[in-house]
Amino acid sequence: MITTTGLTKVYPSRGREVTALDGVDLHVREGEVYGVIGQSGAGKSSLIRCVNLLERPTAGTVTVDGQDLTALAGRGRRAGKELRQARSRIGMVFQHFNLLSSRTVQDNVELPLEILGVSGQERSRKALELLDLVGLADKARAYPAQLSGGQKQRVGIARALAGDPKVLLSDEATSALDPETTRSILQLLRDLNRQLGLTVLLITHEMDVVKTICDSAALMKKGRIVESGTVSELLATPGSELAQELFPVGGQASGPGRTVIDVTFHGEAATQPVISQLSRTYNIDISILGAAMDTVAGKQIGRMRIELPGRYEENVVPVGFLREQGLQVEVVDGPANVPAQTAAALVKEGAK
Amino acid sequence: MNWSEMQPLLTQGTIDTLYMVLWSTVVSVAGGLPLGILLVLTDKGGLLQNVAVNKVVGVIVNIGRSLPFIILLIALIPFTTLVVGTFIGPSAMIVPLAIGAIPFFARLVETAIREVDHGLVEAVQAMGGGVPTVVFKVLLPQSLPSLISGITTTVIVLVGYSAMAGAVGGEGLGSKAVTYGYQRFETDFMLVTVVILVALVTLVQLIGDGVIRLLARRGRTAS
Repeated sequence: MITTTGLTKVYPSRGREVTALDGVDLHVREGEVYGVIGQSGAGKSSLIRCVNLLERPTAGTVTVDGQDLTALAGRGRRAGKELRQARSRIGMVFQHFNLLSSRTVQDNVELPLEILGVSGQERSRKALELLDLVGLADKARAYPAQLSGGQKQRVGIARALAGDPKVLLSDEATSALDPETTRSILQLLRDLNRQLGLTVLLITHEMDVVKTICDSAALMKKGRIVESGTVSELLATPGSELAQELFPVGGQASGPGRTVIDVTFHGEAATQPVISQLSRTYNIDISILGAAMDTVAGKQIGRMRIELPGRYEENVVPVGFLREQGLQVEVVDGPANVPAQTAAALVKEGAK
Repeated sequence: MNWSEMQPLLTQGTIDTLYMVLWSTVVSVAGGLPLGILLVLTDKGGLLQNVAVNKVVGVIVNIGRSLPFIILLIALIPFTTLVVGTFIGPSAMIVPLAIGAIPFFARLVETAIREVDHGLVEAVQAMGGGVPTVVFKVLLPQSLPSLISGITTTVIVLVGYSAMAGAVGGEGLGSKAVTYGYQRFETDFMLVTVVILVALVTLVQLIGDGVIRLLARRGRTAS
Protein backbone atom coordinates (compact mmCIF):
# COMPACT_ATOMS: atom_id res chain seq x y z
CA MET A 1 0.00 0.00 0.00
CA ILE A 2 2.86 2.32 0.88
CA THR A 3 6.27 1.63 -0.56
CA THR A 4 9.33 3.79 -0.34
CA THR A 5 12.54 2.90 -2.10
CA GLY A 6 15.87 4.50 -1.36
CA LEU A 7 14.17 7.45 0.29
CA THR A 8 16.78 10.06 1.15
CA LYS A 9 16.37 13.49 2.63
CA VAL A 10 19.25 15.87 3.13
CA TYR A 11 18.79 19.26 4.79
CA PRO A 12 21.26 22.05 4.39
CA SER A 13 22.11 23.38 7.81
CA ARG A 14 24.56 26.24 8.36
CA GLY A 15 26.71 25.30 5.42
CA ARG A 16 26.77 21.63 6.37
CA GLU A 17 24.42 18.94 5.20
CA VAL A 18 22.34 16.91 7.60
CA THR A 19 21.05 13.57 6.40
CA ALA A 20 17.65 12.94 7.95
CA LEU A 21 16.79 9.93 5.81
CA ASP A 22 19.44 7.69 4.40
CA GLY A 23 18.05 5.28 1.81
CA VAL A 24 14.87 4.14 3.55
CA ASP A 25 13.04 1.17 2.05
CA LEU A 26 9.67 0.73 3.66
CA HIS A 27 6.86 -1.58 2.69
CA VAL A 28 3.46 -1.27 4.33
CA ARG A 29 0.92 -3.90 3.31
CA GLU A 30 -2.70 -3.08 2.69
CA GLY A 31 -4.86 -3.17 5.81
CA GLU A 32 -2.06 -3.37 8.36
CA VAL A 33 -1.00 -1.09 11.16
CA TYR A 34 2.67 -0.35 10.70
CA GLY A 35 4.68 1.36 13.40
CA VAL A 36 7.97 3.14 12.92
CA ILE A 37 9.72 3.63 16.21
CA GLY A 38 12.83 5.56 17.03
CA GLN A 39 14.23 8.26 19.24
CA SER A 40 13.87 11.94 18.45
CA GLY A 41 16.18 12.87 15.62
CA ALA A 42 16.09 9.37 14.13
CA GLY A 43 14.26 10.69 11.07
CA LYS A 44 10.74 9.35 11.75
CA SER A 45 9.14 12.71 11.30
CA SER A 46 10.93 13.34 8.00
CA LEU A 47 9.90 9.89 6.86
CA ILE A 48 6.18 10.36 7.45
CA ARG A 49 6.27 13.83 5.88
CA CYS A 50 7.99 12.43 2.83
CA VAL A 51 5.22 9.87 2.39
CA ASN A 52 2.67 12.55 1.45
CA LEU A 53 5.39 14.79 0.14
CA LEU A 54 4.90 17.56 2.68
CA GLU A 55 8.65 17.33 2.48
CA ARG A 56 10.30 16.66 -0.84
CA PRO A 57 12.70 13.75 -0.65
CA THR A 58 16.17 14.48 -2.00
CA ALA A 59 16.18 11.08 -3.69
CA GLY A 60 14.11 7.93 -3.85
CA THR A 61 10.47 7.22 -4.62
CA VAL A 62 7.22 7.03 -2.69
CA THR A 63 4.34 4.93 -3.95
CA VAL A 64 0.96 5.04 -2.22
CA ASP A 65 -1.87 2.81 -3.44
CA GLY A 66 -0.05 2.14 -6.69
CA GLN A 67 0.53 5.81 -7.44
CA ASP A 68 4.06 7.15 -7.65
CA LEU A 69 3.76 10.39 -5.69
CA THR A 70 7.32 11.48 -6.30
CA ALA A 71 6.55 11.51 -10.02
CA LEU A 72 3.51 13.76 -9.41
CA ALA A 73 5.46 16.24 -7.36
CA GLY A 74 7.19 17.99 -10.21
CA ARG A 75 10.11 20.27 -9.67
CA GLY A 76 8.69 23.41 -8.12
CA ARG A 77 8.12 23.94 -4.44
CA ARG A 78 4.39 24.26 -4.94
CA ALA A 79 2.30 21.12 -4.96
CA GLY A 80 0.59 20.65 -8.28
CA LYS A 81 -3.06 19.75 -8.70
CA GLU A 82 -2.41 16.03 -9.07
CA LEU A 83 -0.29 15.84 -5.95
CA ARG A 84 -2.93 17.77 -4.01
CA GLN A 85 -5.59 15.33 -5.19
CA ALA A 86 -3.44 12.40 -4.13
CA ARG A 87 -2.90 14.01 -0.72
CA SER A 88 -6.63 14.39 -0.21
CA ARG A 89 -6.85 10.60 -0.28
CA ILE A 90 -4.24 10.21 2.45
CA GLY A 91 -5.42 11.13 5.93
CA MET A 92 -3.02 12.55 8.46
CA VAL A 93 -3.24 13.09 12.20
CA PHE A 94 -0.79 15.14 14.21
CA GLN A 95 0.76 15.16 17.65
CA HIS A 96 -0.60 18.62 18.41
CA PHE A 97 -3.90 17.98 16.63
CA ASN A 98 -3.59 21.08 14.42
CA LEU A 99 -7.26 22.02 14.59
CA LEU A 100 -8.34 25.49 13.53
CA SER A 101 -9.33 27.33 16.71
CA SER A 102 -11.44 29.73 14.61
CA ARG A 103 -13.79 26.93 13.50
CA THR A 104 -16.22 24.73 15.34
CA VAL A 105 -15.57 21.01 15.60
CA GLN A 106 -17.97 20.31 12.75
CA ASP A 107 -16.43 23.03 10.55
CA ASN A 108 -12.99 21.56 11.20
CA VAL A 109 -14.15 18.19 9.96
CA GLU A 110 -15.79 19.86 6.96
CA LEU A 111 -12.58 21.62 5.92
CA PRO A 112 -11.14 18.79 3.80
CA LEU A 113 -14.55 18.43 2.16
CA GLU A 114 -14.58 22.15 1.33
CA ILE A 115 -11.22 21.65 -0.35
CA LEU A 116 -12.66 18.73 -2.30
CA GLY A 117 -15.55 20.94 -3.39
CA VAL A 118 -18.31 18.93 -1.72
CA SER A 119 -21.65 20.79 -1.44
CA GLY A 120 -22.75 22.29 1.88
CA GLN A 121 -25.49 19.82 2.73
CA GLU A 122 -23.37 16.79 1.89
CA ARG A 123 -20.46 18.21 3.89
CA SER A 124 -22.56 18.63 6.94
CA ARG A 125 -24.03 15.12 6.64
CA LYS A 126 -20.61 13.55 6.24
CA ALA A 127 -19.05 15.55 9.07
CA LEU A 128 -21.79 14.54 11.52
CA GLU A 129 -21.47 10.93 10.45
CA LEU A 130 -17.70 11.01 11.08
CA LEU A 131 -18.11 12.73 14.44
CA ASP A 132 -20.54 10.00 15.38
CA LEU A 133 -17.97 7.40 14.33
CA VAL A 134 -15.35 8.86 16.67
CA GLY A 135 -17.89 9.30 19.46
CA LEU A 136 -18.17 13.08 19.45
CA ALA A 137 -21.58 13.65 17.86
CA ASP A 138 -22.60 15.91 20.75
CA LYS A 139 -19.60 18.23 20.35
CA ALA A 140 -20.25 19.31 16.76
CA ARG A 141 -20.92 22.92 17.72
CA ALA A 142 -18.14 23.25 20.29
CA TYR A 143 -14.84 24.99 19.57
CA PRO A 144 -11.56 23.07 19.88
CA ALA A 145 -10.56 25.18 22.90
CA GLN A 146 -13.48 23.65 24.80
CA LEU A 147 -12.31 20.05 24.27
CA SER A 148 -9.88 17.80 26.14
CA GLY A 149 -6.74 16.50 24.42
CA GLY A 150 -8.28 13.13 23.65
CA GLN A 151 -11.40 14.74 22.21
CA LYS A 152 -9.26 17.04 20.06
CA GLN A 153 -7.42 14.04 18.65
CA ARG A 154 -10.75 12.37 17.89
CA VAL A 155 -11.73 15.44 15.91
CA GLY A 156 -8.34 15.25 14.19
CA ILE A 157 -9.05 11.63 13.26
CA ALA A 158 -12.57 12.42 12.02
CA ARG A 159 -11.09 15.20 9.89
CA ALA A 160 -8.43 12.89 8.49
CA LEU A 161 -11.16 10.43 7.44
CA ALA A 162 -13.29 13.02 5.66
CA GLY A 163 -11.73 12.38 2.27
CA ASP A 164 -12.42 8.61 2.51
CA PRO A 165 -8.70 7.81 2.61
CA LYS A 166 -7.30 4.31 2.25
CA VAL A 167 -4.23 5.32 4.15
CA LEU A 168 -3.88 7.12 7.46
CA LEU A 169 -0.59 8.67 8.54
CA SER A 170 -0.22 9.23 12.24
CA ASP A 171 2.52 11.59 13.37
CA GLU A 172 3.00 10.84 17.09
CA ALA A 173 -0.78 11.06 17.49
CA THR A 174 -0.74 9.96 21.11
CA SER A 175 2.50 11.53 22.31
CA ALA A 176 0.76 14.55 23.82
CA LEU A 177 -1.85 12.47 25.63
CA ASP A 178 -1.98 10.77 29.03
CA PRO A 179 -1.73 6.95 29.19
CA GLU A 180 -5.45 6.31 29.51
CA THR A 181 -6.38 8.63 26.67
CA THR A 182 -3.57 7.12 24.62
CA ARG A 183 -5.16 3.71 25.04
CA SER A 184 -8.58 4.93 23.92
CA ILE A 185 -7.15 6.69 20.87
CA LEU A 186 -5.14 3.61 19.92
CA GLN A 187 -8.27 1.51 20.32
CA LEU A 188 -10.10 3.89 18.00
CA LEU A 189 -7.33 3.61 15.40
CA ARG A 190 -7.44 -0.17 15.72
CA ASP A 191 -11.23 -0.19 15.25
CA LEU A 192 -11.01 2.05 12.20
CA ASN A 193 -8.28 -0.15 10.78
CA ARG A 194 -10.58 -3.18 11.13
CA GLN A 195 -13.91 -1.58 10.21
CA LEU A 196 -12.76 0.47 7.26
CA GLY A 197 -9.82 -1.65 6.16
CA LEU A 198 -7.71 1.43 6.69
CA THR A 199 -3.95 1.05 6.30
CA VAL A 200 -2.21 2.93 9.11
CA LEU A 201 1.39 4.11 9.13
CA LEU A 202 2.31 5.58 12.47
CA ILE A 203 5.46 6.96 13.93
CA THR A 204 6.06 7.00 17.64
CA HIS A 205 8.74 6.94 20.26
CA GLU A 206 6.62 4.84 22.61
CA MET A 207 7.15 1.09 22.47
CA ASP A 208 3.72 0.62 24.08
CA VAL A 209 2.03 2.03 20.99
CA VAL A 210 3.73 -0.53 18.76
CA LYS A 211 2.89 -3.28 21.23
CA THR A 212 -0.76 -2.27 21.49
CA ILE A 213 -1.79 -1.94 17.86
CA CYS A 214 0.93 -2.66 15.36
CA ASP A 215 0.96 -5.67 13.05
CA SER A 216 4.40 -4.73 11.81
CA ALA A 217 7.13 -2.47 13.05
CA ALA A 218 10.38 -0.90 12.00
CA LEU A 219 13.15 0.51 14.13
CA MET A 220 14.80 3.69 12.90
CA LYS A 221 18.23 4.93 13.86
CA LYS A 222 20.13 7.83 12.35
CA GLY A 223 17.94 7.99 9.27
CA ARG A 224 18.07 4.28 8.50
CA ILE A 225 15.69 1.43 9.15
CA VAL A 226 17.75 -1.06 11.12
CA GLU A 227 15.06 -3.70 11.68
CA SER A 228 11.63 -4.28 10.24
CA GLY A 229 9.00 -6.95 9.85
CA THR A 230 5.80 -8.28 11.38
CA VAL A 231 5.83 -8.53 15.13
CA SER A 232 6.24 -12.32 15.00
CA GLU A 233 8.97 -12.10 12.37
CA LEU A 234 10.82 -9.71 14.64
CA LEU A 235 10.41 -12.10 17.54
CA ALA A 236 11.81 -14.88 15.41
CA THR A 237 14.88 -12.83 14.62
CA PRO A 238 17.64 -13.70 17.08
CA GLY A 239 19.14 -10.67 18.69
CA SER A 240 16.39 -8.41 17.43
CA GLU A 241 16.52 -5.16 19.32
CA LEU A 242 12.84 -4.47 18.69
CA ALA A 243 11.81 -7.89 19.96
CA GLN A 244 13.90 -7.32 23.06
CA GLU A 245 12.21 -3.94 23.56
CA LEU A 246 8.73 -5.26 22.83
CA PHE A 247 9.10 -8.33 25.02
CA PRO A 248 11.81 -7.55 27.53
CA VAL A 249 12.86 -10.37 29.82
CA GLY A 250 15.26 -10.10 32.71
CA GLY A 251 16.46 -12.21 35.59
CA GLN A 252 19.67 -13.79 36.73
CA ALA A 253 20.55 -17.41 37.49
CA SER A 254 19.75 -18.17 41.11
CA GLY A 255 23.09 -19.90 41.69
CA PRO A 256 25.98 -21.69 40.03
CA GLY A 257 25.42 -24.90 38.12
CA ARG A 258 22.16 -23.79 36.55
CA THR A 259 21.13 -23.19 32.98
CA VAL A 260 19.25 -20.06 31.98
CA ILE A 261 17.53 -20.04 28.62
CA ASP A 262 15.25 -17.61 26.78
CA VAL A 263 12.31 -19.23 25.02
CA THR A 264 10.57 -17.27 22.29
CA PHE A 265 6.95 -18.11 21.51
CA HIS A 266 5.58 -17.17 18.14
CA GLY A 267 3.53 -18.66 15.38
CA GLU A 268 1.88 -22.11 15.56
CA ALA A 269 4.23 -23.52 18.20
CA ALA A 270 2.85 -21.29 20.87
CA THR A 271 -0.48 -23.11 21.18
CA GLN A 272 0.91 -25.92 23.37
CA PRO A 273 1.49 -25.71 27.13
CA VAL A 274 5.17 -26.58 26.57
CA ILE A 275 6.61 -25.55 29.90
CA SER A 276 4.47 -27.92 31.91
CA GLN A 277 5.04 -30.64 29.29
CA LEU A 278 8.77 -30.16 29.65
CA SER A 279 8.54 -30.36 33.39
CA ARG A 280 6.48 -33.56 33.36
CA THR A 281 8.38 -35.32 30.58
CA TYR A 282 11.83 -34.90 32.08
CA ASN A 283 10.77 -34.55 35.69
CA ILE A 284 12.69 -31.36 36.22
CA ASP A 285 11.84 -28.23 38.18
CA ILE A 286 11.61 -25.14 36.10
CA SER A 287 11.76 -21.62 37.51
CA ILE A 288 10.43 -18.74 35.47
CA LEU A 289 12.79 -15.81 35.92
CA GLY A 290 11.01 -13.38 33.70
CA ALA A 291 8.39 -13.30 31.00
CA ALA A 292 6.75 -10.91 28.58
CA MET A 293 3.81 -12.56 26.91
CA ASP A 294 0.82 -11.35 25.02
CA THR A 295 -2.09 -13.12 23.45
CA VAL A 296 -2.70 -11.95 19.91
CA ALA A 297 -5.50 -13.56 17.90
CA GLY A 298 -5.72 -16.48 20.31
CA LYS A 299 -2.01 -17.28 20.15
CA GLN A 300 0.58 -16.56 22.70
CA ILE A 301 3.50 -14.56 21.56
CA GLY A 302 6.35 -13.31 23.61
CA ARG A 303 9.41 -14.45 25.45
CA MET A 304 10.13 -16.19 28.67
CA ARG A 305 13.35 -16.63 30.60
CA ILE A 306 13.48 -19.90 32.46
CA GLU A 307 16.02 -21.64 34.64
CA LEU A 308 16.76 -25.37 34.58
CA PRO A 309 18.78 -27.19 37.24
CA GLY A 310 22.23 -28.38 36.19
CA ARG A 311 24.73 -27.05 33.72
CA TYR A 312 24.02 -26.70 30.05
CA GLU A 313 25.68 -29.99 29.18
CA GLU A 314 23.17 -31.76 31.42
CA ASN A 315 20.24 -30.00 29.80
CA VAL A 316 20.87 -30.72 26.14
CA VAL A 317 17.90 -33.08 25.97
CA PRO A 318 15.24 -30.75 27.47
CA VAL A 319 16.53 -27.90 25.29
CA GLY A 320 16.28 -30.18 22.29
CA PHE A 321 12.69 -30.97 23.32
CA LEU A 322 11.81 -27.26 23.30
CA ARG A 323 13.36 -26.81 19.87
CA GLU A 324 11.42 -29.81 18.62
CA GLN A 325 8.22 -28.03 19.66
CA GLY A 326 9.19 -25.31 17.21
CA LEU A 327 10.21 -22.84 19.89
CA GLN A 328 13.22 -20.68 19.59
CA VAL A 329 15.67 -21.21 22.41
CA GLU A 330 18.61 -19.06 23.31
CA VAL A 331 20.99 -19.86 26.09
CA VAL A 332 21.82 -16.96 28.34
CA ASP A 333 25.45 -17.12 29.36
CA GLY A 334 25.33 -16.82 33.09
CA PRO A 335 28.82 -15.82 34.25
CA ALA A 336 28.83 -18.46 36.97
CA ASN A 337 28.15 -21.67 35.09
CA VAL A 338 29.81 -21.53 31.65
CA PRO A 339 33.32 -20.40 30.71
CA ALA A 340 33.24 -17.35 28.51
CA GLN A 341 34.45 -19.07 25.35
CA THR A 342 31.90 -21.88 25.46
CA ALA A 343 29.20 -19.38 26.30
CA ALA A 344 29.78 -17.47 23.10
CA ALA A 345 29.72 -20.69 21.11
CA LEU A 346 26.54 -21.79 22.83
CA VAL A 347 24.81 -18.51 22.20
CA LYS A 348 25.74 -18.79 18.56
CA GLU A 349 24.35 -22.26 18.45
CA GLY A 350 21.22 -21.14 20.24
CA ALA A 351 20.80 -18.47 17.64
CA LYS A 352 20.70 -20.96 14.79
CA MET B 1 -14.67 82.66 21.08
CA ASN B 2 -17.86 81.30 22.58
CA TRP B 3 -19.45 77.92 22.19
CA SER B 4 -21.91 78.93 19.44
CA GLU B 5 -18.95 80.15 17.37
CA MET B 6 -16.90 77.02 18.02
CA GLN B 7 -19.65 74.48 17.52
CA PRO B 8 -20.05 74.62 13.67
CA LEU B 9 -16.25 74.64 13.21
CA LEU B 10 -15.84 71.62 15.47
CA THR B 11 -18.70 69.74 13.81
CA GLN B 12 -17.28 70.32 10.35
CA GLY B 13 -13.76 69.45 11.57
CA THR B 14 -14.92 66.20 13.13
CA ILE B 15 -16.88 65.20 10.03
CA ASP B 16 -13.84 65.89 7.81
CA THR B 17 -11.52 63.98 10.13
CA LEU B 18 -13.84 60.97 10.22
CA TYR B 19 -14.16 61.10 6.43
CA MET B 20 -10.39 61.16 5.90
CA VAL B 21 -9.70 58.48 8.49
CA LEU B 22 -12.45 56.18 7.27
CA TRP B 23 -11.46 56.21 3.62
CA SER B 24 -7.74 56.12 4.20
CA THR B 25 -8.28 53.12 6.51
CA VAL B 26 -10.24 51.32 3.80
CA VAL B 27 -7.48 51.98 1.27
CA SER B 28 -4.72 51.09 3.74
CA VAL B 29 -6.31 47.76 4.58
CA ALA B 30 -6.97 46.99 0.92
CA GLY B 31 -3.32 47.74 0.12
CA GLY B 32 -1.56 46.59 3.30
CA LEU B 33 -3.29 43.25 3.68
CA PRO B 34 -2.10 41.74 0.36
CA LEU B 35 1.38 43.22 0.90
CA GLY B 36 1.63 41.72 4.37
CA ILE B 37 0.48 38.33 3.10
CA LEU B 38 2.95 38.57 0.22
CA LEU B 39 5.78 39.33 2.67
CA VAL B 40 5.04 36.13 4.59
CA LEU B 41 4.45 33.88 1.59
CA THR B 42 7.54 34.94 -0.33
CA ASP B 43 9.83 34.80 2.67
CA LYS B 44 12.46 32.08 2.98
CA GLY B 45 10.69 28.82 3.75
CA GLY B 46 7.35 30.38 2.78
CA LEU B 47 4.78 28.76 0.52
CA LEU B 48 5.75 30.97 -2.43
CA GLN B 49 9.38 31.49 -1.51
CA ASN B 50 10.79 34.17 -3.78
CA VAL B 51 13.78 36.04 -2.45
CA ALA B 52 13.69 38.76 -5.13
CA VAL B 53 10.04 39.70 -4.61
CA ASN B 54 10.44 39.51 -0.85
CA LYS B 55 13.45 41.85 -0.87
CA VAL B 56 11.80 44.39 -3.20
CA VAL B 57 8.55 44.51 -1.22
CA GLY B 58 10.50 44.62 2.03
CA VAL B 59 12.59 47.59 0.87
CA ILE B 60 9.53 49.50 -0.36
CA VAL B 61 7.75 48.92 2.93
CA ASN B 62 10.79 50.01 4.89
CA ILE B 63 11.20 53.21 2.88
CA GLY B 64 7.52 53.99 3.40
CA ARG B 65 7.87 53.44 7.11
CA SER B 66 11.07 55.38 7.64
CA LEU B 67 9.87 58.63 6.01
CA PRO B 68 8.40 61.05 8.56
CA PHE B 69 4.76 61.56 7.59
CA ILE B 70 5.00 65.31 7.26
CA ILE B 71 7.80 64.88 4.66
CA LEU B 72 5.83 62.20 2.80
CA LEU B 73 2.83 64.52 2.76
CA ILE B 74 4.77 67.27 1.01
CA ALA B 75 6.72 64.93 -1.25
CA LEU B 76 3.48 63.39 -2.47
CA ILE B 77 1.86 66.71 -3.47
CA PRO B 78 2.49 66.20 -7.23
CA PHE B 79 1.20 62.63 -7.07
CA THR B 80 -1.87 63.66 -5.08
CA THR B 81 -2.61 66.40 -7.60
CA LEU B 82 -2.30 63.84 -10.37
CA VAL B 83 -4.73 61.43 -8.73
CA VAL B 84 -7.34 63.76 -7.22
CA GLY B 85 -6.80 66.95 -9.25
CA THR B 86 -5.92 69.00 -6.17
CA PHE B 87 -3.76 68.59 -3.09
CA ILE B 88 -6.05 70.53 -0.77
CA GLY B 89 -9.13 69.30 1.05
CA PRO B 90 -10.18 66.10 2.79
CA SER B 91 -10.48 63.98 -0.37
CA ALA B 92 -6.97 64.88 -1.52
CA MET B 93 -5.59 64.01 1.93
CA ILE B 94 -6.76 60.40 1.62
CA VAL B 95 -3.91 59.76 -0.85
CA PRO B 96 -0.95 60.61 1.39
CA LEU B 97 -2.72 59.20 4.47
CA ALA B 98 -3.25 55.84 2.80
CA ILE B 99 0.24 55.73 1.31
CA GLY B 100 1.68 56.54 4.71
CA ALA B 101 -0.36 53.84 6.46
CA ILE B 102 -0.09 51.00 3.92
CA PRO B 103 3.50 50.00 4.84
CA PHE B 104 2.68 50.38 8.52
CA PHE B 105 -0.36 48.12 8.25
CA ALA B 106 1.50 45.67 5.99
CA ARG B 107 4.09 45.07 8.76
CA LEU B 108 1.31 44.54 11.31
CA VAL B 109 -0.34 42.01 8.97
CA GLU B 110 2.98 40.25 8.49
CA THR B 111 3.50 39.95 12.25
CA ALA B 112 -0.07 38.73 12.79
CA ILE B 113 0.17 36.06 10.10
CA ARG B 114 3.57 34.83 11.26
CA GLU B 115 1.98 34.00 14.61
CA VAL B 116 -0.25 31.37 13.00
CA ASP B 117 0.97 27.89 13.97
CA HIS B 118 2.78 26.30 11.04
CA GLY B 119 1.20 22.97 11.96
CA LEU B 120 -2.17 24.29 10.76
CA VAL B 121 -0.69 25.14 7.38
CA GLU B 122 0.82 21.67 7.22
CA ALA B 123 -2.53 20.08 8.13
CA VAL B 124 -4.32 21.89 5.31
CA GLN B 125 -1.57 20.99 2.86
CA ALA B 126 -1.90 17.37 3.91
CA MET B 127 -5.62 17.60 3.04
CA GLY B 128 -4.68 18.68 -0.45
CA GLY B 129 -5.21 22.42 0.04
CA GLY B 130 -3.30 24.84 -2.17
CA VAL B 131 -1.98 28.31 -1.41
CA PRO B 132 -5.37 30.12 -1.74
CA THR B 133 -6.93 27.63 0.69
CA VAL B 134 -4.09 28.15 3.14
CA VAL B 135 -4.47 31.95 2.94
CA PHE B 136 -8.26 32.19 3.10
CA LYS B 137 -9.12 29.25 5.34
CA VAL B 138 -6.16 29.25 7.70
CA LEU B 139 -3.94 32.33 7.77
CA LEU B 140 -6.62 35.02 7.67
CA PRO B 141 -9.28 33.43 9.93
CA GLN B 142 -6.70 32.29 12.46
CA SER B 143 -5.02 35.70 12.68
CA LEU B 144 -8.29 37.65 12.68
CA PRO B 145 -8.01 38.90 16.28
CA SER B 146 -4.46 40.17 15.63
CA LEU B 147 -5.57 41.70 12.35
CA ILE B 148 -8.45 43.55 14.06
CA SER B 149 -6.00 44.81 16.64
CA GLY B 150 -3.72 45.94 13.79
CA ILE B 151 -6.58 47.81 12.12
CA THR B 152 -7.37 49.52 15.43
CA THR B 153 -3.78 50.66 15.77
CA THR B 154 -3.75 51.84 12.14
CA VAL B 155 -6.94 53.89 12.59
CA ILE B 156 -5.43 55.58 15.63
CA VAL B 157 -2.23 56.36 13.74
CA LEU B 158 -4.36 57.75 10.91
CA VAL B 159 -6.22 60.06 13.32
CA GLY B 160 -2.82 61.44 14.28
CA TYR B 161 -1.64 61.70 10.66
CA SER B 162 -4.88 63.41 9.65
CA ALA B 163 -4.22 66.16 12.19
CA MET B 164 -0.79 66.65 10.62
CA ALA B 165 -2.38 66.70 7.19
CA GLY B 166 -4.46 69.59 8.41
CA ALA B 167 -1.32 71.72 8.66
CA VAL B 168 -0.51 71.25 4.98
CA GLY B 169 -3.89 71.76 3.41
CA GLY B 170 -6.27 69.15 4.59
CA GLU B 171 -9.36 69.92 6.56
CA GLY B 172 -10.46 68.30 9.78
CA LEU B 173 -9.84 68.86 13.46
CA GLY B 174 -6.10 69.27 12.97
CA SER B 175 -6.52 72.07 10.51
CA LYS B 176 -9.08 73.81 12.76
CA ALA B 177 -6.78 73.47 15.76
CA VAL B 178 -3.88 75.03 13.84
CA THR B 179 -5.95 77.87 12.37
CA TYR B 180 -7.92 78.83 15.47
CA GLY B 181 -6.12 77.33 18.42
CA TYR B 182 -2.54 78.07 17.35
CA GLN B 183 -2.59 81.00 14.96
CA ARG B 184 -5.38 82.93 16.76
CA PHE B 185 -4.36 81.93 20.29
CA GLU B 186 -7.82 80.52 21.10
CA THR B 187 -6.68 78.24 23.92
CA ASP B 188 -10.23 77.10 24.71
CA PHE B 189 -10.74 75.99 21.14
CA MET B 190 -7.47 74.07 21.22
CA LEU B 191 -8.50 72.31 24.41
CA VAL B 192 -11.86 71.26 22.98
CA THR B 193 -10.22 69.78 19.85
CA VAL B 194 -7.81 67.86 22.05
CA VAL B 195 -10.74 66.48 24.05
CA ILE B 196 -12.55 65.44 20.86
CA LEU B 197 -9.43 63.73 19.48
CA VAL B 198 -8.85 61.87 22.74
CA ALA B 199 -12.51 60.77 22.77
CA LEU B 200 -12.24 59.65 19.15
CA VAL B 201 -9.12 57.56 19.77
CA THR B 202 -10.60 56.05 22.92
CA LEU B 203 -13.76 55.14 21.06
CA VAL B 204 -11.81 53.45 18.27
CA GLN B 205 -9.77 51.47 20.79
CA LEU B 206 -12.90 50.41 22.68
CA ILE B 207 -14.59 49.23 19.48
CA GLY B 208 -11.48 47.28 18.43
CA ASP B 209 -11.11 45.65 21.86
CA GLY B 210 -14.82 44.85 21.87
CA VAL B 211 -14.65 43.04 18.54
CA ILE B 212 -11.59 41.05 19.66
CA ARG B 213 -13.35 40.08 22.89
CA LEU B 214 -16.38 38.99 20.89
CA LEU B 215 -14.18 36.71 18.78
CA ALA B 216 -12.46 35.34 21.88
CA ARG B 217 -15.79 34.49 23.47
CA ARG B 218 -16.50 32.24 20.52
CA GLY B 219 -13.45 30.23 21.52
CA ARG B 220 -11.25 31.48 18.75
CA THR B 221 -8.21 32.88 20.51
CA ALA B 222 -7.63 30.11 23.03
CA SER B 223 -5.31 27.43 21.72
